[in-house]
Order: sequence, then structure tokens, then C-alpha cells
Amino acid sequence: MLSIKNLHASIEGTPILRGINLEIKAGEVHAIMGPNGSGKSTLASVLAGREEYEVTEGEVVFQGKELLELSPEDRAREGVFLAFQYPIEIPGVSTTNFLRTALNQVREYRGLEPLDAVKFLSLMKEKMALVEIDQKLLSRSLNEGFSGGEKKRNEIFQMAMLEPVLSILDETDSGLDIDALRIVSNGVNKLKSEKTATIVVTHYQRLLEYIVPDFVHVLYKGRIVKSGTKELALELEEKGYDWIKEEVDSTATV
Amino acid sequence: MSTLTQQEFVLGFFEAAPATYSNLRQLGKESFYAQGLPALKAEEYKFTPIAKKLEMSLTDLSPTKSIQINAERVKSALFAGFKGTVLVFSNGAYLPEHSTSTEGISVRLLSENESTPLGSIAKADKDPFVALNQATFSDGLHISLEKNKELDSPILLLQFHQAQGGQVISPRIWIEAGDFSKATFIDYPISLDDAPYFVNKVVEIKGGINANLTYHSLQQEHNQVIAVSNLVTDIQKDSQFTSTQITLSGDMVRNNLTLNLLGSNSVGNMYGIYLLNGKTHVDNHTNVDHTIPHAESNELYKGILTDQSRGVFNGKIFVRQIAQKTNAFQQNNNILLSEDAIINTKPQLEIWADDVKCSHGCTVGQLDEEAQFYLQARGIDKTTAKGLLLYAFAGEVLDKIEVDSLRNHIVAQIQERLGSKF
Repeated sequence: MLSIKNLHASIEGTPILRGINLEIKAGEVHAIMGPNGSGKSTLASVLAGREEYEVTEGEVVFQGKELLELSPEDRAREGVFLAFQYPIEIPGVSTTNFLRTALNQVREYRGLEPLDAVKFLSLMKEKMALVEIDQKLLSRSLNEGFSGGEKKRNEIFQMAMLEPVLSILDETDSGLDIDALRIVSNGVNKLKSEKTATIVVTHYQRLLEYIVPDFVHVLYKGRIVKSGTKELALELEEKGYDWIKEEVDSTATV
Repeated sequence: MSTLTQQEFVLGFFEAAPATYSNLRQLGKESFYAQGLPALKAEEYKFTPIAKKLEMSLTDLSPTKSIQINAERVKSALFAGFKGTVLVFSNGAYLPEHSTSTEGISVRLLSENESTPLGSIAKADKDPFVALNQATFSDGLHISLEKNKELDSPILLLQFHQAQGGQVISPRIWIEAGDFSKATFIDYPISLDDAPYFVNKVVEIKGGINANLTYHSLQQEHNQVIAVSNLVTDIQKDSQFTSTQITLSGDMVRNNLTLNLLGSNSVGNMYGIYLLNGKTHVDNHTNVDHTIPHAESNELYKGILTDQSRGVFNGKIFVRQIAQKTNAFQQNNNILLSEDAIINTKPQLEIWADDVKCSHGCTVGQLDEEAQFYLQARGIDKTTAKGLLLYAFAGEVLDKIEVDSLRNHIVAQIQERLGSKF
């Protein structure tokens, strides 16, 4: 589904990603872990099309298409979804209004009829239950005054509405208490299918108890330096990142 | 195009002024000579070189004549779904045949009611354009609202403008609202073609005790129009006055809005949006005078500027020594969408009382790129995302317009301008 080859990206001339290689197949969950500043969020942002990052080398093929050549909105329409680490507050735009605009643009791109108000509302009700989000919250300005947990739930709610093929969760667990974490993870798990894939970017192993990964990758200095199964996450939780850093840094100096 | 000498230019304004209100006109003329057109660096017109603009643009200063308007034209100018009283003007002259009447409102021509105390609220010595209008206005309307009359639908002042022989239009309106009355006015000038003209309007509003008046003004005349307006109102005790000023186009536009809070427990609200492109220059000068204790003023102006447009905002809050317990709030926020757009914004607070709550703030920024990316990352195209954000920015002011047909009309104009539907 997604094939990343030798991806290099920099911001304002500073290289952040230095050759990422990753293959993701439908039905898989991949966790990307790593110490602060290793490039985890950059990878998520580059895949979603954030303009500040300049891709200097490499390619990304998503369902047979050159992903990097698409605008952010076309990536979303093709089925890429980024759950933001810091969801943006937008005063004056209600979640409902914004999502109807988004959903209908996505549907138009996919050759589907726009949803009328009634159908949209019933779809919304169905998806709201999934992340236990209140309708009152959705008629308010987008994320404005929402708690951290409410913002993250809103991200997963939007994901449920847009039905992406590839979901990228960027530190969705950060700042969540255990109840919110459970609700958010439940939502993500219910949305998983054999046709979709998920990339979970996280700092902590905690989330991976709820969203169980098929593969765990460790990112350090802009490269994937270690890949394994969910046991790798447990090992990292126990031993920290230092042993990996040492391993990498010692080979690099050779 | 031959340019007029300074003297010819100034004298030109006074040719062919009507014979009515001769004393008042004479005073206006004297006041105008005393003040002159604002000099290039005059503080009040610092960023708006209106004298230069007028000298460069006008070659004929005679007043325009009233033009024929047919019923179809009037009908097509109304906002979709508009219900209310319609008062139609042609180059400042009232057209009773196209206007409607409503019980409790009386309208009379100024020329037939020379006892109207014109100039008692909008004082000639405060601004040269008030003086100029006072000396030269062709005719206008005296609108009065009966005591206790609460109108549930608005009064539309539909003003058709078109220059033919002359190029100056000088509308004058006097509004008197009785005690405990309630009304909403919509000031809506329309250009009939794209010939340039200079419109210099003065509106005076005398509110009664416990009156609740709203004055919406929508400016979307064409981009050759130089427009100066002076709206001055006296607000009595327990009253509320609300102004919304929406400006979408014009060559050079200057709006002077003055609220005199004359009675305690009165509230003055000033809201505005300017959405500018091309080379449009819009200057909003507001002035609220707190003359008594326990009054409140609220002000919120929002600007969106692109291309080489220019905006000026000057918000003066004057709190006199006696005006204790004043609450005055002012906010001006601007988004610049292009490198060449300019905004000059200045809060001007003069506070002589010591027990007051006054706040002010102005911001100038760009469109939030993070927010735009967030919307795009959900599948919304860039133009719509931009439009959605700008619309949300202006929304706080649009929400103050409680007349649905007017608000819908403005929303449609803004959406069209922003190039997106949502």
C-alpha cells in the first residue's frame, strides 16, 4: 500500500530525515518509536504534505501513486489521514460545518454524490458513538477551548468520518489520561480493517498495549535503525533508547 | 483632462447650491473656508490624502441631477427575501413614487421642513466634509419615528448614484427617533454605472430616551467612487445604538462615525468589516464620546486586505472627567493577504476619569498557515480552506447583523470575493 524509499527531508536547510525505507501492506499496524528529535513527527508531516518540509531525495508510492507529487488535500482525498499531534483551534468554524465541507470534497474526488444534511447527520451520529464524543462539542468552534482529550477524540472522530486507507497517528496518546487513551484506542481499533493500514507514531509503549502493532520501528537521527515486532517496544520501555543510540553511534564512527 | 486651480476647485463646490437653508449653508461655507480641504499631513486625514485624490479625480464639481429610476431597477436592488420599509433616493433626492410607507414613521423632504435642526448633531466645524455638505446638499430626508414605536422590520435607505453632468452627490439625512422606539436602518448606496463620482454624505441621528437603534451600512459602490460619510448620533439615557459598517469596494472611502453618549446607562456599539482588494483605500475613523457616568461602548472592526489595498482604522475613545464607571472596549484585527497591502491602525484613548474600564487592542497578521494546512489535510482545497478561515475571521462581526436578508447578501458577496462556497 505504502512504499517509502530512501526518503530525505529537511526544514530550512537542516536535514531531518536521512534515508527512510519502509514498506506497509494493507491490514498492518506499524509503530514508529524513537527519542525526541529523531524525526518521527517530521515523517508524519512529510507524508501528509506539510509545506515547510522540503523533500530532497527519495520517493513515496501510495497505492500506485507518487504521493509526494500530490497536494495535501489530494493526499487526504486519496485516503491518507494524519491525526495531528497538536490539533489546531479554529475559532468561528464549527466541526460540523468544516467536516461536511471536507467530506463532500473527498466524496466528489472519489466520484460519489455529496451527502445531504440528513444523511450527513446520521453518519455523524454513528461515528460519534465510536469515540464517545458529544454533539454539543461538535457544534462548537473547531477545537476551541477543547481539553487535550477532547481534541484527540475529535481527531479520531474526523478519521472515522473520512474513512481513510492509511491513518497516521502522530503522538495521539500524548497528554491523554488512561480513560481517554482507552476511548481513542477503541475508536482506532474499530476502524481497522484488512483494507486499511495504520502508522502509530509514539514515544511511549503504553499506547501499543491498546493498539497492538505488527511491526515496531525505531527512528534515530532520521533513519530507521531497528525494526522488530511488538516485543521491541517492550524492550525499549524497559531499557530506554540509550543502548540503541550507542549501537548506532558506535557503528557510525567506524 | 484639465485640472482646476485650487481656488476654482474650492469655489466649484459651491456653484448651484439650492436656495433653501440659506443661513445654514452660509455657515457651512464659512466653516469650510476656515478649515479647507484636509492638508496632506493633517492629523485627522494623515493616511488618507483625500484632497489630492479629489483634485486629481474631479473636473466638474456641479451637483448631479436626480435620475430616472424604474420600478424594476428598485425591485432588483432589494436583498433576496427583504421585508421592510423601502426609501428610495436618486443622487440624494428622495423618490416617493418608489418608496413604501409604514405606520409610525413619517418622512418629509428637508427642503419642505426648514425647521429641521440640521448641523446641531453633525457640527460643521468638526470636519470639513460636514461643512461642505452643509453648504451644498441638494435635498434630503427628515425621517421621524413615533414615540413607543417598535418596528419589527428594517428601513432600507436605497440610494442610487450615477454621475452625468456633475460629479458631486451630497446626500443629507436627519433621523429622529422618539422615546422608547426601536428601529433598524440599512444604508445601501448603489452605483448605476461605472462613471466616477464623489459622494459626500451626512447622516444625523437624534435618539430618544430608552431608544434602541441600529444602523447598518453596506458600501459596495464601484471602484471609481470617492465616498466620504459622516454619521453622527446623540444617544440618550437607557438607550442603545449599534452601527455596522461593511465596506467591500470603492476608490477612496472615508467613514467618520461619531457616537455621543449623552445619558447614563446608554450603550454604543460600533462594528465593521472591510474586505479590500485592488487599490481600494478605506479609512474608518470612529469617535465615541463618553460624556456621562455609567455608559458603555463596544467596538470591533475586522479587516481583510489583499492586492495593493489600504486600510486605515482610527478608534478614538474619549472619556470625560465626569464619566466615571465607563466601560469602553475596542478591538481592531487585520489580516493582510499580500505583500503590498497596508493597514494603519491606531487606538486613541483619552481618559480623564479615574474609575473606568477601558481596553483596546489591535492586531495585524497573516492567514494562519497551520490552520490552512489542517483543513487541507482533511481534503479541503486550498482556496476553500482560505475562504473558510477568512469567513470565520469576519464571522464575529457578521453575527451582529440580525437582518437575515442583509446578512445573507453580505455573506454571498464575501464568499464570491473569497472565491469559495462552503
